[in-house]
Amino acid sequence: MLSALEGSQAVARAVGLCRPGVVAAYPITPQTHIVENISKLVADGQLQCELVSVESEFSAASVALGAAAAGTRAYTASSSQGILLMGEVLYNISGLRVPMVLTCANRALGAPLNIWNDQQDSMAVRDAGWIQLYCADNQEAVDTTIQAFRIAEHTEVPVMVCVDGFVLTHTLEPIDLPTQEQVDRFLPPYRFDRALDSRNPLSLGTCVDPLFFTESRHSQHKALLRSMQEIVAADSDYAGIIGRSCGGVLSVVGPAEAEIAILAMGSVCSTLQEGMQIFSQERVVKLIKLRAYRPFPFLALREVLQGVRELVVLERAVAPGSGGIVGMEVRSLATTMNSPPRIHNYAVGLGGRDVPIEIYPRLIEAVTCATEPVWFEIFDVEVERLPIEDR
Amino acid sequence: MTIINDAAVDVEIRKAVLRSKLKERHGVEKSFPRRRKEEPALAELRERQPAFRGLEAGHRACQGCGEALGARLVAEAAGPDVILTNATGCLEIFTSPWPQSAWRVPWIHSLFENSAAIAAGIEAAMKHQGKATKVIAQGGDGGTFDIGFQALSGMLERMHNVLYVCYDNEAYMNTGIQRSGSTPHAASTTTSPAGQERMGKRHLKKDLLSIIASHHIPYAASASVAYPRDLRRKVRRAMEVEGPTFLQVHCPCPLGWGHDGAVTIEVARLAVQTGLFPVVEFERGEVAGVMPLRNPQSVTEYLKRQNRFRHLFSNDPRAREEREHLQALADRNIEKFNLRGEGMDPLDSEGADTVRRGGLVA
Repeated sequence: MLSALEGSQAVARAVGLCRPGVVAAYPITPQTHIVENISKLVADGQLQCELVSVESEFSAASVALGAAAAGTRAYTASSSQGILLMGEVLYNISGLRVPMVLTCANRALGAPLNIWNDQQDSMAVRDAGWIQLYCADNQEAVDTTIQAFRIAEHTEVPVMVCVDGFVLTHTLEPIDLPTQEQVDRFLPPYRFDRALDSRNPLSLGTCVDPLFFTESRHSQHKALLRSMQEIVAADSDYAGIIGRSCGGVLSVVGPAEAEIAILAMGSVCSTLQEGMQIFSQERVVKLIKLRAYRPFPFLALREVLQGVRELVVLERAVAPGSGGIVGMEVRSLATTMNSPPRIHNYAVGLGGRDVPIEIYPRLIEAVTCATEPVWFEIFDVEVERLPIEDR
Repeated sequence: MTIINDAAVDVEIRKAVLRSKLKERHGVEKSFPRRRKEEPALAELRERQPAFRGLEAGHRACQGCGEALGARLVAEAAGPDVILTNATGCLEIFTSPWPQSAWRVPWIHSLFENSAAIAAGIEAAMKHQGKATKVIAQGGDGGTFDIGFQALSGMLERMHNVLYVCYDNEAYMNTGIQRSGSTPHAASTTTSPAGQERMGKRHLKKDLLSIIASHHIPYAASASVAYPRDLRRKVRRAMEVEGPTFLQVHCPCPLGWGHDGAVTIEVARLAVQTGLFPVVEFERGEVAGVMPLRNPQSVTEYLKRQNRFRHLFSNDPRAREEREHLQALADRNIEKFNLRGEGMDPLDSEGADTVRRGGLVA
C-alpha cells in the first residue's frame, strides 16, 4: 500500500522492519531524521531494540561493531563529517568481516562548511572495504535498506546504503513499505558464526604480521567481488517475495542499442530519467544507473557499454588534482574493451547545487558537439564568479 | 543462610571498631569498604585460589611486565562469563599474535580509542539477547587518559553495565615509551626526555580517577599489581555492580620505567607507599575507602629505583627542586585522601594470597 513518507521516515521504517537489536547514532544533518524516526519507533514500542545515543560518530560505528560482533543485528547512519570521523572504524569493521548496515545520507565535506548534498563523503571511504549501494529514489532506499541486511549477513561484508541528503532524505514520496511478514520471509534472523560468546570463547581482531596480512586482504577483496552475486540474488529474491527489484548491481533505462549513454549514481538518475521523457530527442540515449559502486561491477558494466560511442560519466564528487573518481574507474575499464566509447567525465551538483531537469539536453548537446573527449570538468561551475587564475 | 563462627564475629568486632574510627575522622558515617567483610583463614584462602585463568601463560610480554600481571589478575577474578574488549597497545599485541591467542574468554580488539564504545555495543547486545554476561573493557593509559577518553566518558555517562579497566603504566610503552597524560611529572620519556633544558615531563599526571568519579558512576577505584588481593576484591566488587565501573590498575613497566623486571612488585608497592599513587575507592563520586599508609615512604626511595627519574639525582639544582616537587605531590595525596590511617594493614602480595605460578590450575 502506498503512503506518503519522507525519505528519512521511510528508511527508518524499513530499518525497523529488519528488527535490528542495536541502533547507535549521533546527530548530523541531513541524517538526523532517520535516527529521530527510529527513536520514535522505539519510544512507541513498535521496535524492540537498544537505542544507543552516543557521543560521536566514531562511537556510533564502534557501538554498532561491538553489537554485531556480539551476535546482534546492528545499524547506524551518518553523513559527511560523521562518515569521515567514522573512517577508522569503517575500515576496521570490514577488515574484521563483521556484517552491519549503515545509511549514508550523502552530504558535501567541508571546508567550506556545507550541509547540502553531494557524494564526496561516501567517495572518501570507497576503499574502506564496504559494499556501497546508491539509491535513485526513496522506494529504492527502502528496498535497498532491507536487502542490505541480507547481503551483509550472507557475505560478512558491511553495507553502506547511500541516499542523497535532502534530495531524498527530506523529500516526501509515495512509498510502498513491505509488510513485516514479507520482510521476515526475506530476511532470516541475524546469525554471526564468530559471535562473541562466553560459552565459545574466540579472539577477534588479533595482530596479523606480514606472514598473513596479504592473504587477509586478498580474502577481503575476493569477498567483495563475490558479493556481486549476492547483491543480484538478494534483489531477485526480494522481487520474488515483495514484487519489486532495484536492478541488481546496475540497470539500464532506454534502448540497449543506444550509442550515447550517461552513467550516474543516486538521485540524479531520477532527474535524468525524467529528462529523457520530457525532452524529445533526435538521438537515442540510454541511462546506466550504477547501483553498486563497491564492488565495482566491471563485467556487467562492460556488457552494457558494448556499442556505446559517447559515454558521459556524471558524478557528485571531485578528486582535486586528479578529476573524476567514478570516471577514472570507468576509463580504466574501457581500456579492456575492443572498441571503447569516448568518455566525457563531469561533476555536477556539488554541495547541493541544484541539478535541474534541463541538465539532460545540455549534457547531450555538450558531448555530441565535443571534438575531443572531456577529461574532466565541473559541468555547472560558473567561472565568471572566480578570479581569472581559477577559471 | 548465614554461618556464624568465631572468625565472622571477630570480623564484625573489628569492623565496628573501624567504623567508629572512620566516623571520628570524617564526622559522618562512611560506607565501609567491602574488603573487610572477608577475612578468611589461611587454609580457606588457599581453597579459594582461582581455578579459572582467563589470560593464559605463554604470551609475549616482557619479563616482569606489570600489565600482564594486572590483566591476568583481572581475568582470574572476573571468571569465565565475560566478554573482554581491548584497546590497541602492549596487552593486545603480546596476547594475540595471530594465529595464537592467550585469551580463554571471548575477546575483541578493534582500535586504539574505542575500547569503551565497543564494550558499550556488546553490552547493548547482551541486554537485547537477555544475557547477563559482564563486559569488561581494557585499555592502557594512552587509550584511556588520552585518545580513548571521549568514548570512555560517553560510555560512563550512558550508564552501560561495563567494567572499564585501565592498566596504567604511565606512558605509551607499545610505541616506545612516549609521554602520555598519565606520565608523572618530571619523568623522562622519549618525547619528554631529560636534557640540558628540560627535567623530563613538564606537566602533571592527569587526575583521571577524580574525573571518572565525577561521572557519579556506582564504583571507581584505583589498585596496584603490588596488592593482588585488593585488586581481585575490587574486580569482584565491580562485577557485582549493575552499571558502569572503573578500575585504574598501576602497572610498572620495567622497560619504560628503567628498572629490573625482578623488582616490579617492589616498585609498584613503593608507588603506593609513598602516596604518589593513592589506592582509593569512590562510590557515586564520593571517597568510599582508601588503602591506609601506616609508614609512608619518601618519594626518593621510589624515584631512585627507576631510570626514568635518574636525572633527578644529578647535581643540577633543578633536580632537587623537582624531587621536592614530587614529594609535595605525594604529601598532597596523603593529605587529600587522608591516607595516613590507622586502619588495617594493606593486604599485600606478601603472604598467603600470593599468585600461584605455573600452568593451568585444574
